[in-house]
Amino acid sequence: MSSTTFEIVRPLRAPSLSLRRRSWRGGLQGSEFTWAVAFVVPYAAVFVAFVAYPVVYGLWMGHDPALYDELFSDPIYLRSVVNTVIYLGIGVNLKMFGALLLSGFFMRRSWWTKGLLLIYVLPWAVPQLPTFISIHWMLNGQWGLINNVLWDVFHIDGPGWLDTSRWLALSSVIASHIWKWMPFWTVILLAGRMAIPQDVYDAAAIDGATGMQRFTYVTFPLLANLYLICTLLSTIFTLGDFNSVYFVSGGGPALSTHVLATLGIRDAFQIARPDLGVATVMSALPLMIPLVIILMRKLRTTEVQL
Amino acid sequence: MSAVTAEGRTALRRPNYRMRRRLSEAMAVALALVLIVWTLTPIYNMVLVSLESHGDVFTDNIWPAHPSFDSFWIVLSQGYWYLQYFWHQFGNSLYIGAATTFITLLVGSLASFSIGRMRLKNGWVVSNAALMTYVIPASFLAIPFYSIMIKYGLANNLWSVIFAEVTFATPYAIFIFQQYAVSIPIELDEAARIDGASPLQIYLRIYLPLMAPALVAVGTYALLLAWNEYLYQFMLLSSKRSMTVPVALAQFLNSDEAPWNYMMATAIIYAIPPVAIYYAFRRRMTAGLTMGGVKG
Repeated sequence: MSSTTFEIVRPLRAPSLSLRRRSWRGGLQGSEFTWAVAFVVPYAAVFVAFVAYPVVYGLWMGHDPALYDELFSDPIYLRSVVNTVIYLGIGVNLKMFGALLLSGFFMRRSWWTKGLLLIYVLPWAVPQLPTFISIHWMLNGQWGLINNVLWDVFHIDGPGWLDTSRWLALSSVIASHIWKWMPFWTVILLAGRMAIPQDVYDAAAIDGATGMQRFTYVTFPLLANLYLICTLLSTIFTLGDFNSVYFVSGGGPALSTHVLATLGIRDAFQIARPDLGVATVMSALPLMIPLVIILMRKLRTTEVQL
Repeated sequence: MSAVTAEGRTALRRPNYRMRRRLSEAMAVALALVLIVWTLTPIYNMVLVSLESHGDVFTDNIWPAHPSFDSFWIVLSQGYWYLQYFWHQFGNSLYIGAATTFITLLVGSLASFSIGRMRLKNGWVVSNAALMTYVIPASFLAIPFYSIMIKYGLANNLWSVIFAEVTFATPYAIFIFQQYAVSIPIELDEAARIDGASPLQIYLRIYLPLMAPALVAVGTYALLLAWNEYLYQFMLLSSKRSMTVPVALAQFLNSDEAPWNYMMATAIIYAIPPVAIYYAFRRRMTAGLTMGGVKG
């Protein structure tokens, strides 16, 4: 793993390089400017045709205030907002905190940790759809693997995880999300930990720092910025997470576990109200815009740090 | 006197220390076991169901009673009506993956060359646009994207999906390319310039060859993104012959009594190529994973 993570960490060392002159001497001359423009045109075209136009079109689709009146009087929508908040608040924090702790665990230098890490990243390597469908069946109340194990081993009749209670289903979805994405963030935080020079720890050891103090006074302050960026990034990706909810609980039972991302798609494609779907998604803008702005700043200024 | 107490103290401490180490080792092993069970359960479930017969799926087995590879054979020979076009759909997924990878690499490397190396005036606008696209969740753009694809006349066309995947893969490509290019000395470009090379020649002969590791990393990312993505493929492709494997897989769920064993066999066959690619290129891919790998 060390060689792997080393590669992620390399950008951390980049600041000294970026101070070097990076552009062509004397600016662009003659036909060079034309070339430079021509090189950027393909991406500009992709952006205008497939990002800018859809964004503007979406804003236009969802501009009617009546849509929002309709949304706010709809209990399913209000419940989905609550679900989204729970999903973000609990899902993201549990996942990131778990990743932080586990990244410390994977710093251990025993022979089997390397192999364990290879197994542990499997959920992230496997495509989302197969695993979420598998989890969906695994949690089936009657014939799912979990309840079969509960019955065969403990003689407990397990509940219908996905079709009896909103809270069980929502917890199942959150657990699936964590299962899928915690390995990814663990690897990132592991890279962050590995980038901390050993001398800092040696100095702390000389000052007599214990294990816990090492974490609170050395590791965490040095990791805090990375942790914050990862949490923000994860919040915004989780906000847009469609697959875990759609395939694990499908929004059920009785539409009680939808989040904004899945409810929007349902409105647009199942009840053929694309404008309502856009409005559903757009109602997340008050949360999304600040996140996007903070993240763009963080990613720009600490470009080399992440 | 003091020496004696010091010695006594270490003698007292040693077994304590050893026990604490052993305890922490035991806790690590316990944690490792929990992690293995937690990680492998859904994957085990996938394998278990795929090895069972249709009847055995609906029992309380926790291991396959009569394991057989029949389901895999049914999938590979397209022997079930949901799987009629399996190889065709597999081909569609491959086609979308290959095209997305190629276009992403081309568009991304050209843009990063122009912005990062040639320092096109106001190039930062383009980088910012890319960064913004990166942080906007794809699912939030899905509905207007679908309407626009109908306007472009691309509905139910593989190219609509290719454009969607390119749209979401290129920002990451530009970001990684720009970062990686910092390590390539600008003097190389300058020497070529003095010798009279055009920007196109510099791009082809100097920039691209030296960027090979970043191209591999981003190419793998784009390929996996296109292969694994579901939502856009589901929205944009509706006919059986234009569908990709994940869309066909999700279709199973619509039937009354889903043939779970065939479904899980399909899922495993679909998952094997990306997992193999992931483990093969893991080292290269992690080069830039800090920024991505998350989307889709």
